[in-house]
Amino acid sequence: MDLVKIIENEQLRNDIPGFRVGDTVKVSVKVVEGTRERIQAYEGVVVRRQGGGLSATFTVRRISYNVGVERTFPVHSPRLDKIEVVRRGKVRRAKLNYLKGRVGKAAKIKELR
Amino acid sequence: MTAKRSAVNYGGVVMKKAILGKKIGMTQVFNKEGKAVPVTVIQVTPNVVVQKKTKENDGYEAIQVGFDDAKESRVTKPLKGHFSKAKVAVKRYLRELRLEDVAAYEVGQEIKADIFTEGEKVDISGVSKGKGFQGTIKRYNAHTGPMSHGSKFHRAPGSMGASSDPSRTFKGKKLPGHMGDERTTVQNLEVAKIYPEKNVILVRGGVPGIRGSLVMIKNTVKVK
Repeated sequence: MDLVKIIENEQLRNDIPGFRVGDTVKVSVKVVEGTRERIQAYEGVVVRRQGGGLSATFTVRRISYNVGVERTFPVHSPRLDKIEVVRRGKVRRAKLNYLKGRVGKAAKIKELR
Repeated sequence: MTAKRSAVNYGGVVMKKAILGKKIGMTQVFNKEGKAVPVTVIQVTPNVVVQKKTKENDGYEAIQVGFDDAKESRVTKPLKGHFSKAKVAVKRYLRELRLEDVAAYEVGQEIKADIFTEGEKVDISGVSKGKGFQGTIKRYNAHTGPMSHGSKFHRAPGSMGASSDPSRTFKGKKLPGHMGDERTTVQNLEVAKIYPEKNVILVRGGVPGIRGSLVMIKNTVKVK
């Protein structure tokens, strides 16, 4: 097999659950504070999944203190302790950019049943 | 300007250590801090010393190394004889390395990826991708003129110099011409990771040349 693929494959994580755009996820991020490391949770809606293989990333949007915050994580990053799917959403778009102008009920995503 | 490909001489400088490799391609790895780092994958199957050049015999000291196993039918008979004299399998590339401690090497000895350590800074030479005949904008990063508003000066090289004094264009004036396909060295690249058992070195950042081209990794000249 191609050497680049071998190097990429050994870094791929297989403990990542399947999640899609529109899902609400809880991402546990490892944060280094001085010398010690702790885990910080970041919960929100997945607004995009981008790229493939090792370089794939996803963006999570949440409203924090009335300000919209979007954070992008590499899917296979070792800084992610775990990803939990809290809720499955029903959306008809691959990129949820329409959420950006909306707050409250207008920014609600129907649950997938 | 550096010399064109025909003049490539891998043995010109006295170096501490060097190894030949093949550029495989680029990818990313996560480093110790968990950050994604762009890397170039370089395959360095063991380089074998084929010949030692000595002061008495050749007027200078160097080792000649072979890299990348080749099919025997692809090599000329004289070269085959050269390899069999050193009792070394036929190789595709032969290059001379003018190392400081030539005496420490024996014919048949292998040079492997483990001469470098992770985190070390290296210089990498290769033959850059050919770009064909290019203008001054791409070749020398000259500025363009305005493309609109009645401007008639778009991508031309501009002034050839002053007028009746000196009445000529100075040598070295940057003009359109062939770009790329020349020996280039990128300095101060960090060795991101080494796989000694796979004979692979990962170097942070880009390396000159196309995938599959020959590159030389050597100790950096700028940082100790």
